[in-house]
Amino acid sequence: MLPAAALAGVGGRLVRISLLLTLPIAISVVLVSVFTRAGTTVLFTIGPFDATAEGVDFAGQTLVRLFAISTSIGLFGLTTEPRSFILDLERRRLSPRFAFVALATLEAVPAMVERSSVIASAQRARGLDTEGSIRARLRGILPLVGPVILSSLTEVEERSLALEVRAFGRPGRRQLLWRLPDSGRQLLARALMLGGLLAAIALRLAGAFPRLP
Amino acid sequence: MLELTGATYRYAGYARPVLHGVDLRLDDGEIVGLVGPNEAGKSTLCLVASGLAPASIGGDLKGTLTLDGTPAAGLKTHELAARVVVGFQNPNTQRSGIAATVFEEIALGPMNLGLAVEETVARTREAIARLHLESLIERDPQRLSGGQAQLVGIASLLAMRPRHVILDEPTAQLDPAGTRLVGEALRALAEAGTSLLIAEHKTDLLDEVCGRILVIDGGRIVMDGPTATVFDDPRLHDLGVEPPARARLARALADRGVEPAAVTAALAQGLGA
Repeated sequence: MLPAAALAGVGGRLVRISLLLTLPIAISVVLVSVFTRAGTTVLFTIGPFDATAEGVDFAGQTLVRLFAISTSIGLFGLTTEPRSFILDLERRRLSPRFAFVALATLEAVPAMVERSSVIASAQRARGLDTEGSIRARLRGILPLVGPVILSSLTEVEERSLALEVRAFGRPGRRQLLWRLPDSGRQLLARALMLGGLLAAIALRLAGAFPRLP
Repeated sequence: MLELTGATYRYAGYARPVLHGVDLRLDDGEIVGLVGPNEAGKSTLCLVASGLAPASIGGDLKGTLTLDGTPAAGLKTHELAARVVVGFQNPNTQRSGIAATVFEEIALGPMNLGLAVEETVARTREAIARLHLESLIERDPQRLSGGQAQLVGIASLLAMRPRHVILDEPTAQLDPAGTRLVGEALRALAEAGTSLLIAEHKTDLLDEVCGRILVIDGGRIVMDGPTATVFDDPRLHDLGVEPPARARLARALADRGVEPAAVTAALAQGLGA
């Protein structure tokens, strides 16, 4: 993952994001594995807990796997424009409705944040205190939750009507205007990755890789 | 021709109807204006005349809607969309949310209709040209001003090339230049045979483009006639509708005993000099 990220020019960002993503789980994995995993080689003792070499080994292997998963997801997120990805999936026979749901979900978060900001500004103009201590902020923010959710629901209904008007409910495929460039090298890379994945699964099933203790 | 006969409509979950026995007929190439006070039933009439109510939003409709002789009752929403389109007043909800550029946003309707790419592109370019949106085509639809979004929303409907167009306050967020553009586009559509129903508070626009005006109040059509006749009717003000500037000026002159024709002649003479 890391060489691929470096080639894509996102190596530094990927490492930062992956570390941030895995940190909370990593801390709990290390604590639980090192101090509670049964083992014969005690490295040191804190109160009633023994840190064992077997626990450290298990934690290390789990962390490597976690990091591999988070870098895979991170690299995908950093190098793929979601809208292009989903529309290309639609070109490859993904249902247009599923594509819409996926894209609308992606858009929902920033839209909701924007709407919340507008509603908060309007409420502040009328004297609602949304700043200060955490308690004061909570007191100020709670009354905004209802309007944000209700206005979002209303908007969803109107938007679905507007889509109906534009024949979105028509069964069958729709014509897409463009296709993502897909070079021979990209095809080869995908084939190699798929081959690698299948080989890894086969080797794993054959017991070629060590299992976690 | 779009024809609504004896339409009484009640929203789902409500006891009382919002429309009461409304008759509406839009001939091919005709532009009809719809005015009335707030809560009079303009938006509901737009939904019913487009077939979306009750087909899409539910509710109970008594009466019939026919589109070019075909009863709308048996049509699915995408079949309705190929015949009649409706534009809503909030441009943000007109946006699909799945298009990366304004061009793709406008092209969405023709794409959904399953048209060939060349036809989709041709219709999209035509709609863009009608509303002079060339400078916006690469922009993200989410990052447009209210007026720009409203024009894009209207262009998105025009790209469908429907036989009938219903617009609910299409110029609510537009400046005078944008309003003029919309007026020109609507006239061009009508000349091509499309029938249009426009619900608007801006009566000046309706005065310019409409051949007929309907006034709705309390869910009933209370006036229906040629544009000049309706807008010159003194009862209009009592119904909460502000007449266009032309009609207000004519009334002010008449109140002072001046014949509008005399003013027109004097102005023409002055301009000629």
